[in-house]
Amino acid sequence: MSNSTVNMVESPPGVEGQGFFATSLDSLVGLARANSLWPLPFATSCCGIEFMSTMASHYDIGRFGAERLSFSARQADVLMVMGTISKKMVPVLKQVYLQMAEPRWVLSVGACACSGGIFDTYSVLQGIDRIIPVDVYVPGCPPRPEQILDGFMQIQELVKNESTRRRNSPEYKALMASYGIE
Amino acid sequence: MDNQHILQALREKFGDESMVGIGESHGILQITISNDLIVPMMHFLYADPIMKFQFFTDLVGIHFPDAVGQELGVIYHLHSLENNVRLWIKAYAPIERPNFPTLTGLYAAANWMEREAFDFYGIIFEGHPNLIRILNVDDMDYHPMRKEYPLEDATRHDKIDEMFGR
Repeated sequence: MSNSTVNMVESPPGVEGQGFFATSLDSLVGLARANSLWPLPFATSCCGIEFMSTMASHYDIGRFGAERLSFSARQADVLMVMGTISKKMVPVLKQVYLQMAEPRWVLSVGACACSGGIFDTYSVLQGIDRIIPVDVYVPGCPPRPEQILDGFMQIQELVKNESTRRRNSPEYKALMASYGIE
Repeated sequence: MDNQHILQALREKFGDESMVGIGESHGILQITISNDLIVPMMHFLYADPIMKFQFFTDLVGIHFPDAVGQELGVIYHLHSLENNVRLWIKAYAPIERPNFPTLTGLYAAANWMEREAFDFYGIIFEGHPNLIRILNVDDMDYHPMRKEYPLEDATRHDKIDEMFGR
């Protein structure tokens, strides 16, 4: 691999000159955040197995700056919910989400997390968006690692383009209030 | 020891009329009895020096919505480990008053199983030390395994129709 090159992320639009580069703070912060997202895997079933593959060397989510999995919600940026969430697990999932610090994103992986999937039954939550806001949905039963990576890249796009003030906006507060979150 | 031996012993102890129904399936004796006989019969089967039904394999709830007056049932699965003989004992109660005596005084295993039957069928086990839900969410206000719900409930609002083409 003598001709391998280190792949750098593209710089955000800005003004470049001799010895300086000027851009907006939003895009700089977004760039930094998007390429060092710490995921919190909330894996309950078969989608979790797909995630393990996504995490391992063959698919390697570390290529996207996410190799540092945070098993503490307080240090995580992305909550990745993978698998069936039973109604009895609702308080746990909600508490994990509440423990995460802003800014936080949620990736819903697989049919069960997105909509309850085949478990059209009294004991299963019919989609995690009934208790927490979801940023990106990855369909599939279970989705392939490529799909999970694609979902993750969608999250990265959101992070890159998010205004640093979005979390203070009335729209965002109204969204949180609709889920009963302060 | 075989099934005939069990029947004989029970007839001698409790009388012929104590057993409402007698059947056999897969070589396992099935006896239907009335509610008030459950505890004395179990104690007898447990303590009998030959039979020794001392392993409580399972407890099953069942709902027959069309059997008026005996809608809810409990089936006890017993196992005599020494003789390797199994036994099913069934009892029924009306759905308005689904009360059964608890077996927690005899088998510790009954604690979990009776809570489960209560959770899913609403069967009340009188004398159970902690008869609360065990598997479903605590604030559930119905007993989901009863056959009194339509297969597809159009009034459900925890399912989004547009995602499922309904």
